[in-house]
Parts: sequence; C-alpha cells; structure tokens
Amino acid sequence: MSYLRKVAAIIAKDIAAELRTREMLSSMGVFSILVIIVFNFALELTDRQIVLTATPGALWVTIIFAGMLGLNRSLAVELDKGCLDGLLLTPVDRSAIFFGKALGNALFMLIVEVVVLPLFVVFFDVPLIRPWVMVIVVLGTLGFAGVGTLLSSMAVNTRAREVMLPILLFPVAMPELVAAVKATAGAMAGLPVSEWQQWLTLLIVFDVILVAVSFMVFEYVVEE
Amino acid sequence: MIHVKGLVKSFGPTMALRGVNLSVPEGQFLTVVGPNGAGKTTMLRILATLSRPTQGVVQIGGHALPQGAAEVRRHIGLVSHQTLLYGDLSAEENLRFYGRMYDVPDLDARVTQVLEQVGLAHRRRDPVRTFSRGMQQRLAIARAVLHRPSLMLLDEPYTGLDQDAAARLETVMSTVGTEGRTVVMTTHDLERGLAVADRVVILVKGRVAFEANRSELDTAAFKEAYRQHTLA
Amino acid sequence: MRPKIDVAGSALTIASAALVVTALALVFLWAPREITMKEVQRIFYFHVAVDWVGFLAFFVTLVASIAYLRTRDRKWDILGAASVEIGALFLTMGAVTGSLWARPVWNTWWTWDARLTTVAITWLVYLAYLMLRGAIDDPQRRARFSAVYGIVSFVTVPLTFASVFFLRTIHPALFASSTEAQGRMQFETGLGSARMGMTLMLCVIAFTVVYVALLRSRIRLEQMADRVARLQQEIVG
Repeated sequence: MSYLRKVAAIIAKDIAAELRTREMLSSMGVFSILVIIVFNFALELTDRQIVLTATPGALWVTIIFAGMLGLNRSLAVELDKGCLDGLLLTPVDRSAIFFGKALGNALFMLIVEVVVLPLFVVFFDVPLIRPWVMVIVVLGTLGFAGVGTLLSSMAVNTRAREVMLPILLFPVAMPELVAAVKATAGAMAGLPVSEWQQWLTLLIVFDVILVAVSFMVFEYVVEE
Repeated sequence: MIHVKGLVKSFGPTMALRGVNLSVPEGQFLTVVGPNGAGKTTMLRILATLSRPTQGVVQIGGHALPQGAAEVRRHIGLVSHQTLLYGDLSAEENLRFYGRMYDVPDLDARVTQVLEQVGLAHRRRDPVRTFSRGMQQRLAIARAVLHRPSLMLLDEPYTGLDQDAAARLETVMSTVGTEGRTVVMTTHDLERGLAVADRVVILVKGRVAFEANRSELDTAAFKEAYRQHTLA
Repeated sequence: MRPKIDVAGSALTIASAALVVTALALVFLWAPREITMKEVQRIFYFHVAVDWVGFLAFFVTLVASIAYLRTRDRKWDILGAASVEIGALFLTMGAVTGSLWARPVWNTWWTWDARLTTVAITWLVYLAYLMLRGAIDDPQRRARFSAVYGIVSFVTVPLTFASVFFLRTIHPALFASSTEAQGRMQFETGLGSARMGMTLMLCVIAFTVVYVALLRSRIRLEQMADRVARLQQEIVG
C-alpha cells in the first residue's frame, strides 16, 4: 500500500505545483488550439468527406504535439533546483517515481484532451464524443505518456534538451499512432467494434509492452 | 559509520577520484576541503548514493554501496548548493512531500517541529521561490533532517550566502543539523570548516593529500598545510 | 615499433570480397530469370540481403544494450553503437535498392506498406540513436542512455510491422501467401525456385560477412580512440 501511496503523492505534488502556475496546462491548451486552427487552413476542409477522413489524424497529431510540450516541461521542473536528485535521495523505489511522473503526465494530457475533443466537434462538426473514441483516446494517452516519460527523462539530460524528445519519441510511438488513428476513424464512423478491432488490440498490446519495458529500464536512466 | 577504501570514480578517461581512503567513525564531524576539481562533490554524491563508484569499497553503516543503497538512503540527509526544493510549492508542502517519501511517522507534528527549529514557521505557507537564498538553505536543512538521519552530508552549504545568512545557517546547523549525527561537510571556507570539525581532510586531484584531527591544528597551520598541498 | 598484422581482419576482408564476388556472379549468371520483371528482379537478391543485415544489426544492438546494462562493460557499448552505425548504412542501401526495384515494377519510388514503413521507422530509430549519442558528453551516461534506447526502440520494430501489416500491401510476397499474381515471382526455368533460394542464401551470407568485417573495424577504431583518450589523460593529468 505504501508504494501506491507514494505514487499518488508524486502525482499530487505535480498537480499542486501545476495549479499554482498553470503554466503547463495553458501552454498545452493554447498550442492545441493553434494546431487546430492551422489544420483548418492547411487541409481542404470544405468537403465533408475530407473532413471525416482527416480528423482522426489531425486529432492525434494535436494530442501528440501538445503531449510533448507537457512531457518536456514536467521533467524540466524536476531538473530545476535538482529536485530529481531530491527524489532519488529518498528510499522510494525508482519505479514508483516512474509511475508517478508517467501517470501525472497522462493526467495532464487527458485534461488538455477534454478541451481539444469538444473543440474539434465545434470547429469541424465531427462525431467525436462517443464512448469508444474516449476509450481510444485514454489508451493512446497512457501509452504515449508512459514511453514519453522515459524518453523525456533521457532527452532532458542531453545537450539538445527538449529538441531530442521528438527525435527519440516519434519512431517509437509510430505503431501506437497508427493504431490510434485507425481505431478512432472506426469508432468515429460508428462502425461495430469487430471492424476495427485489430487496431484496438494493437493499441493495447503497444501500451502494455512499452509501458512494461519503460518501467523496467527507467532506473537505469536515473541512476548515475 | 563510513568506510571508504580505494574509491575510484572515472567519467570516461577522466579520473575524478583516484583512490580515496577514508574512515569516519560515528558521531564525528569531518570537514573536507580542496581546490575546485579535487573531487569533493563527486565523493559526496557517491556517499549520498546519487552516483556509483567505478571501483573501490564504500560502506555506510555496514551496508555496502551500491547494492545496499536503498537501505542506506533512509539514514542520509543531504544539503547541497542546489536546494532540492520545489519552487512553486510552499515550505510546508515541500516538507510534507518529502516526509511521505521517507515514511516519516507523525508527519504533521514533525513538519511543524523542524520548521520551528530552522526559524521558518512564520513562512510555512509561502511558495519557496519567494524565499531568499539563506532561507532556502535553512529550509533545505529542514528537509534533510526531517527523517532523522544518522548521517548528514553537506556540500558547500555556505555558497552564495552573505556573512549574516552564513552565521544564521551555522547556528541552525549546529543545533538542528549536526547534533548527535555523523557529518561530512565539504567547503571552501577553511576557517569555518576547521572551527566546526572534529577532523579535517584536504582532497587534491582525487586523492587525500592531508588529514588531521582538529586538536592537532590551529587555523594558521591548517591554512599553511592547505597552501602547501595545493601548490604542488 | 612495427604494427602487428591484423590476421583476423585481413581474413574477414578477403572472405567478404570473395563472397561478394561469388554472389555477384551467381546473381547475374546463374540465378533464374523472372518472367514478369526480367532482369530488374535480380536486384531483389541484394535488396533482401542488405535489409536482412540492417535488421540483424538492430538485434545485435539489442543484445549489446542488455549486456551493457547488466555488466557496465564498455565493450558492449562499443558493440551496440558500431552495430547501429553499420546497420544504418545497410538499411540505407536496402531502401535505395528497394526504390530502384520498385520504380520499374510498380511505377513508384516508394510506398507506405508494412515492410517499407518498418524499414523507414527502423532507419529513423537508428538516426535517433546516433543523435542521442552525439548529444551526450559523459561516456557512462552516453552508454547507459544508448542502451536504454536500444532496448525500448527495438520493441517498436515488430509492432510497427504489425500495425502497417493490417493495411493491404503491394510488396511482393516472398513466402507466397498472397494470391495476387503480381505478388508472386515466377521463373523461366523449371528449377526456378531452388536456384533462387540458393542464390539468395549466398547473398545473405556474403553481406552478413561484410557486416561482420565492417563491425570489427569499427570496434577496433573505437577501442583505439579509447586508448588515445586514456593516454592523453595520463600525460596531461
């Protein structure tokens, strides 16, 4: 029980700090809105069919870019004033630190998504507020936040800093992105689950494998 | 308490520590001085379990590092020149968070107690980024002693403090920080370092160049020894 | 001081050269002619061989990465990094040969089917790995982070393949499970498949030996660089 309490404490600490400044959430939110507006002009959105085809991709691109902003910020906060060292000094299990940060990151992404999804509905008139869509968004976010937390904890410790994260993360997150986009398209069209089930399966498999691997190697990243 | 033998730390081809031998019995206050690049911070980080030795034996409280690191961490408090505090959270929130990580029993009472001991009780609800450097260092000490560690590691704690703040820090340290504990402190301040110590060590280029008990030295002799060993 | 003659290295170089020449001969003179694609098809032998090596290199890096994290021995770090460098080279050749083959046959330079996408993503992973290494100064940290990334990114290869596999592919089906005529290769002579198989096998072996030879050279280079750095330190410090 103590392990879970510590994970919860780490998440609570991140939420408390964020509530004070709201820096991360606001930058993620504003960024998402900008991306949506750019999509509006970049894609030929007069044709209804094009809108429907393009939306899942546009949605996930928005989520991923906003997500990376959050990931970078979240780890940068720990490096500032050596707070990560402070955490490492404690007898807390390294994996608890990983889960705490990863779940915290996922939570922030979900909060931003709560804003992004309705915005898509409003601007593009697409049926995104469906239960299955939300399930897919949550699954995609969890996987992305998991491996993203691991990779950003490395990226932030390199000379290139934040720029390194997309380079490391994109190739690795590719299968998840593909699966999420395809599954979202299926769910959005209201198709029965059996039609796009392989994408859902792939998404879950990705999440499980990559989060498990990330959690196992995290200690090697933080231990000097 | 601390037993270091043949400690070597290298970063690729660079050797930061080239075979350090050190023994610190329980309750002793050891001051480590040396020029920049001597390896003081590196050594302290290894003792704090933040870094792994490349070679050599490091034992703290009977536990060998790095295998026994998890157990050792319960008994260590570190004050470094970085505060290790979350700027956006209040003093109280910072302490409560660390207290949870250390499984400190009776957390609320303990937090209040240490805040009073370092003289920051009146600012407990304020975000740490509004604190002056001196106050932040005092809070850092509060954080370090929260879990009642038996070993205190201080890495150049006086850095960036003016005379006043440094004096305040010293008072706090001697009452709260170091009583009944084993202490290893690194510093550039030879006088202060000697005054508070039981034993002193001069570290030069990753090796112990000189060591003596405080009773054997006065300030002048110490300064002379330092000058000699760092010129060579 | 006369440098020692590198026996193993010379042997590998000679073996690679011999094997590659033999492979070339087989591919152009002995292998059967494909009905539809005719001579262009012969590039397939090189394409498959270098792609295979490109992925083999990744597996080697995976093993080296795990070994490094367990032992913290520099030699595994050297192996992992060298393998990625050479693997990237081979994968680039794979993509180029693939494009050269695709153009006359499918009338396009590139397509985002399962295998090609996986090749592209793997290539990006290699690039990311090398950029990561380039951005870290501390050798131990560089080794640790590379190893971690080597492990995490390897997982992504089969997953990427699976993700795009569910989409239809126009890539020639090597193991003949596709029913589309254009997906199958058919050969003129009756012994077609057998000869193809043997030629392919030899090509794969030839390029694997080339990979090993290059790998060895790269490792030795890195080891010498280490020695130089150590000597520098001793003289200066």
